[in-house]
Amino acid sequence: MKTILEVKNLTMNFGGLCALDRIDLDISEREIVALIGPNGAGKTTFFNCITGIFPPTEGEMFISPPGKQRKSIKGLKPNQVTENGLARTFQNIRLFQNMTVLENVMIGRHCRMSSGIAGAVLRNRATVEEEEAVVEESYIILQKIGLSEYVNEFAKNLPYGAQRRLEIARALATEPFLLLLDEPAAGMNLRETKELDELIVRIRDSEGVSILLIEHDMKLVMSLSDRIFVVDYGKKIAQGKPEEIQKNPVVIKAYLGEDFDA
Amino acid sequence: MITLPEIKKSFFVSLWFMFLTFPIMVVRVNPIEKAVEWRWKNLLLVGVGSFLLSFVWRYLFKRKEAGKKKEEAGYDSGAKSFFHIILAEPKIYKPFLIGIAFFALAFPFIFSIYQTNIMTTALIYVMLGLGLNIVVGLAGLLDLGYVAFYAVGAYSYALLNYHFGLSFWLALPIGAALGAFFGILLGFPVLRLRGDYLAIVTLGFGEIIRIILENWNEFSFGPSGIANIPRPGFLGIEFSLQGATTFMYFLMIVLTLFTVFVVNRLQNSRIGRAWIALREDEIACQAMGIDKTKTKLTAFALGATWAGMVGVVFAAKTTFINPASFTVWESIIILCIVVLGGMGSVIGVVFGALILILLPEYLRAFSEYRMLIFGAVLIIMMVFRPGGVISSVRRTYRFEGLTGKRDKTGI
Amino acid sequence: MEYFVELFLGGLTRGSIYALIALGYTMVYGIIQLINFAHGEIYMIGAFTALIISSVLSLLGLNTIAIFVIASFVAVIYSSAYGFTVEKIAYKPLRHAPRLSALISAIGMSMFLYNYVLLAQTSDFLPFPNNIPEFKFMEPYSHIFSSTELVILTTTTVVMILLGLLIKCTRIGKAMRATAQDRDMAMLVGIDVNRVISVTFVVGSATAALGGVLIASHIGQINYFIGFIAGIKAFVAAVLGGIGSVPGAVLGSFVLGWTESFATGYVSSDYEDVFAFIFLVLILIFRPAGILGRSTAEKV
Repeated sequence: MKTILEVKNLTMNFGGLCALDRIDLDISEREIVALIGPNGAGKTTFFNCITGIFPPTEGEMFISPPGKQRKSIKGLKPNQVTENGLARTFQNIRLFQNMTVLENVMIGRHCRMSSGIAGAVLRNRATVEEEEAVVEESYIILQKIGLSEYVNEFAKNLPYGAQRRLEIARALATEPFLLLLDEPAAGMNLRETKELDELIVRIRDSEGVSILLIEHDMKLVMSLSDRIFVVDYGKKIAQGKPEEIQKNPVVIKAYLGEDFDA
Repeated sequence: MITLPEIKKSFFVSLWFMFLTFPIMVVRVNPIEKAVEWRWKNLLLVGVGSFLLSFVWRYLFKRKEAGKKKEEAGYDSGAKSFFHIILAEPKIYKPFLIGIAFFALAFPFIFSIYQTNIMTTALIYVMLGLGLNIVVGLAGLLDLGYVAFYAVGAYSYALLNYHFGLSFWLALPIGAALGAFFGILLGFPVLRLRGDYLAIVTLGFGEIIRIILENWNEFSFGPSGIANIPRPGFLGIEFSLQGATTFMYFLMIVLTLFTVFVVNRLQNSRIGRAWIALREDEIACQAMGIDKTKTKLTAFALGATWAGMVGVVFAAKTTFINPASFTVWESIIILCIVVLGGMGSVIGVVFGALILILLPEYLRAFSEYRMLIFGAVLIIMMVFRPGGVISSVRRTYRFEGLTGKRDKTGI
Repeated sequence: MEYFVELFLGGLTRGSIYALIALGYTMVYGIIQLINFAHGEIYMIGAFTALIISSVLSLLGLNTIAIFVIASFVAVIYSSAYGFTVEKIAYKPLRHAPRLSALISAIGMSMFLYNYVLLAQTSDFLPFPNNIPEFKFMEPYSHIFSSTELVILTTTTVVMILLGLLIKCTRIGKAMRATAQDRDMAMLVGIDVNRVISVTFVVGSATAALGGVLIASHIGQINYFIGFIAGIKAFVAAVLGGIGSVPGAVLGSFVLGWTESFATGYVSSDYEDVFAFIFLVLILIFRPAGILGRSTAEKV
């Protein structure tokens, strides 16, 4: 299996606080990897570092997109990271609330489009065709994610679970090879979580993307992931297959008090 | 209805305002002659005025709260206002538009030069408003130095004409280009700043330009300004004063239509979508692959381009410019137009400009209070109707069904 | 050398005045993250009220010190009342609105107050009586540092100390700091946030009024326009020091005061106001958090 993301020695200091301490992580093609750990362990910070929102204090990050050269993504701006094929969702939903569901996904297509100011004003054939294509492509994505019924609704009027799925749809629209999901099941009920489980597997299979997710729902994590990385206090304390992680004494200790026999 | 406790409340409000405005409204001193003028009438005015206004204020508040609750309960409170009904129904708005078009065409022939001149001024503000609307309304960047780019345009025509005899038609694109150039020059460093810092830095920039124009005599002729700027000619025709005014008016009509056309198209494009998304959530926008700086810079520079272009027209229309035309208050009047009309709404901005510029011209008694009222308008609009009088009913992208031309364009 | 000392002391006086105004900006910003554009107008109203009161009192024939004290006191009361009212009308209804809305409302308020004074009073410059006494012991130095300047400096120092004590040691000060940290959390632990915000406006306006009275006495004239430029400069000072930080505002004010004093003394006075703006642009670009401010990343 080809490795598509390598993170080496990633360290992030905020003032005196060490939020991430020399983390190594790698993801292969078509793999679903979970990043777990107690609250405040540094999981979201890890996402923010990879996606260019925070510049990491130290460490290296490389991507090897399918069919492309291996390259470093350290120091890239968030939009450049996305252009390179990493897309993410947010823990606290960050949709464009006053735009429609369709428009939200269309924004995701932005970086794969090319028309500029001149095109917008002249509305030449290339621009019109591009716009039409984007509307259709966006709709197709919504269909896949199961949101086509909401296509013309405003994002703010969507039920909670649908908003989470719309974030995934929007991220998918950027044509990523690696999808980073930050607590996609947070606030979902049992049925919604189960649907999400299936959706993630389906995305992996049909789109051929790898997935890195942060999640607290252990049942989901165990059933979904090929491999799991565990962080605590900014340090990686374990990695391995779900069944290995479940038995790992260090992990159990870190989670002591939390329900862990899922 | 009006209850006793409410009357009591309003009574105290009015007492408070009478206390508050006492020194400034009632007493007027003349320190040179050591005389004090007492204007007790004003106290009565404030008392009665604030008593009545407090009822209006509370009523508006209640209405706003009720509207909010309705929206929370799931009603579509996109409150079909009078304008929206007109705008939604082609049967109504088409004849309406045709009527306006005829009126606009006939205007200079029905009314005097004076009226035509005022209308041209109003159209200048329509264009300025539409330009600023790109920056504030669409991209959500509060630019308080907009007038600086207007000044750049005006001075570029005046100076290029003075030194090199450049014609209006050549100066028009040059002014626009210089506006864009300055927009990019300023925008590049400041657009990284958060919204409120951006406001104050642009305000500072506007003042810097004005102070430079005022003090750098060799370059800009200082406070005395530049006079005898030629009006635009057309195919070598020499206009009489009346002809020139009429020509200027039609020129402005054409330019305004052009602006409306461009802004509309921009709004419904890839870049327009990005602006709106950027206004909604910057971080999510970047995570979706939108280059924040570039997108903001585009909006800023486009706004500046328009200001530069209108600046050239302004110089040609008045034939005289000096730094006093480009104070920060001018920027705020333009902001007022955008806010009153409804941020992001093209038709709203057009109406906003016409109302704010024409009303004070025709109600002379009221023109002294113009700026006072503009200030109040900004507050009242923000508190009660942040969407503007004609809030933006943005044409959203709607999906009407697959055309079948494409089955899957691979994601 | 003497010229240098004169400029240095001049800068110190300027800085003190900026500090008195900048405090209001920084405190309000710390608590509701709003640039209170109307703050400069509050300062101007303070100066106007003082002028009106002193003129009326001088007709009654009081002695100058009494006039100065009473006029300052009334000015402080009135400015505080204006600050309180401005918050209630223009900002409180917008507490949960987007920042842009509150900012536009603030600009509107500034414009309203400025024109209100212009229309109700006059557009002319008015001479402002200097009722601050000339101290005997200052006479040898009066060519470089006047008694008025000494009073300005002393008042500013005292106000700063009192304000520091207010924020550090009192209940309301603690509530202010808590609200600045996290408004929702403060509300949850039972702090009356509305009251805290009102107090902040009142305190900020009161110090601005003092600044208004002192500078007007020093310069000797006022008009309706003084609020705009002073407001902008004090804001620059607040940003320079790190907006939201009280010691930062003081430090920033002195830095700005000296810069302006030396720049106009040694370079050119035509561009006096430009220096502040250029300074502002440079700081915001290179160190947006200011000298003492901490940069805060938005939580993602």
